[in-house]
Amino acid sequence: MARAVPLPRKALTTALAWTIGVLMFFPILWIGILAFRTEVDAIRPPLQVLAAPWTTESFAAVQQRSNYLRHFTNSVVIALGSTAIALLVAIPAAWSMAFVPSRRTKNVLLWMLSTKMLPPVGVLIPIYLIFRDAGLLDTRTGLVIVLTLINLPIVVWMLYTYFREIPAEILEAARMDGATLRSELLFVLLPMAVPGIASTVLLNVILAWNEAFWTLNLSAARAAPLTAFIASYSSPEGLFYAKLSAASIMAIAPILLIGWVSQRQLVRGLTFGAVK
Amino acid sequence: MSTRHSRAAARLMMTPSVLLLLGWMLIPLGLTLYFSFLRYNLLMPGTETWAGWSNYYYFLTDPSFTTAVRNTLVLVGGVLVITVAGGILLALLLDQPIWGRGIVRLLVIAPFFVMPTVSALVWQNMFMNPVNGVFAWLAQTMGMRPFDFFGRAPLASIVWIVSWQWLPFATLILLTALQSLDQEQMEAAEMDGAGPLSRFAFITLPHLARAITVVILIQTIFLLSVFAEILVTTNGGPGMATTTLTYLIYVQSLLQFDVGMGSAGGVIAIILANIVAIFLMRMIGRNLDR
Repeated sequence: MARAVPLPRKALTTALAWTIGVLMFFPILWIGILAFRTEVDAIRPPLQVLAAPWTTESFAAVQQRSNYLRHFTNSVVIALGSTAIALLVAIPAAWSMAFVPSRRTKNVLLWMLSTKMLPPVGVLIPIYLIFRDAGLLDTRTGLVIVLTLINLPIVVWMLYTYFREIPAEILEAARMDGATLRSELLFVLLPMAVPGIASTVLLNVILAWNEAFWTLNLSAARAAPLTAFIASYSSPEGLFYAKLSAASIMAIAPILLIGWVSQRQLVRGLTFGAVK
Repeated sequence: MSTRHSRAAARLMMTPSVLLLLGWMLIPLGLTLYFSFLRYNLLMPGTETWAGWSNYYYFLTDPSFTTAVRNTLVLVGGVLVITVAGGILLALLLDQPIWGRGIVRLLVIAPFFVMPTVSALVWQNMFMNPVNGVFAWLAQTMGMRPFDFFGRAPLASIVWIVSWQWLPFATLILLTALQSLDQEQMEAAEMDGAGPLSRFAFITLPHLARAITVVILIQTIFLLSVFAEILVTTNGGPGMATTTLTYLIYVQSLLQFDVGMGSAGGVIAIILANIVAIFLMRMIGRNLDR
């Protein structure tokens, strides 16, 4: 029952909304332009920046300055690795809590979440020292371990909310129709669980890719993912606008796309089901 | 379908997750607690001695602690006010019928996906730089003197950057909550002669109350831990102007190698965060029953 809205009013709200939307997006748009300018053109006044010719030389320069591809690979390995391990551990747990709940299920879930509320700086020293003694400082393995653990509660929680929506009656119906356990898992449960697992994966990749406390503190030259690599552009080299922009736009583009695709599911994951 | 057999299997399936998280929580937490009672400096290994409560005493009575707490409150409070107020307005706007709503939505939520180090450096250099920044150019075009944001108002500049990152989060969640608002109730109120303002105050706002609380609690937990934005822009300076509690503890432990003092600060940070977490957990737990 949508009410008819007067056209002038719709035009006005549209204009206002678009203005705000473009302003919010402008910093990203701006580095998207600066990335394709020469270093000299990039520090000119904005109108001259717009008029300057396009070039891709900054992207090559970023790769030359330090091995950009390695840091990009680090980010991919760390984000995907931690997500994969977290899924492997979390799927059975979420599954059992959703389908065989006990009196303690709720408390276990809340306790898991509470570990996420621990401020990272509170455990920085022990983790740092343990990593130093175990030789895990500045290794991808170390970062995968930490990111798996800090995101595990969110993964369990998200999967749980999705699994809980799968009606158990369907399983019983399949069993009555003579489905074996294997075909029950493969043809009944899996197709229903895939969308939930997929959005969990996407959210977790976003969180792991952008994590900037542990990655900055536990990595140096070798294992540094893009968060730490970009941080190396802070003064005095931040003055290289075009190179900073090129490095930044490559660092955020993949995650921006993933975020846009999965935005509808984000609310559930980020509020732990407290807002629907 | 829960037999005793499946219950045992269920417990087994949960074990890895529970053990991992238990270890992740208890081992570092126990060590932090233990270190906080030691006189322990990484530069002088092997000289650890029991320090009693003195780390806590020195951490809490140091003037930098008071400054850090004040900066933390300004940062968290400032970002919360901007994102919640802005989020409500933006959500109300995006809830209206507009052309291209889907695209505007994508534009508005985009900043949330930008990694903290990128957003901090881009704002600091491309926008707030008093010589080459876009803001400086705008000021000059309008005949004003450019403002040196990070030189004259460093903490406010960081509040601005962090707000830009979190405004999409608040907007997205409040918009979701807004879309479950009962339209018939709205129309009934309108027919009874309630103006837009009183409709907002007596129907919309109460409906949003729960979502607003969730936004505040979740953001507070993340904002207490803001770190990268400070590290790459100001390093906590000039002086102590942008040193928050998180940053102070980082400086004490990894730059001054004072493990004892840093750990005492860590314990205090955990206690502060837990005060917020208790409220959040209660709200989430209540929702789980429904």
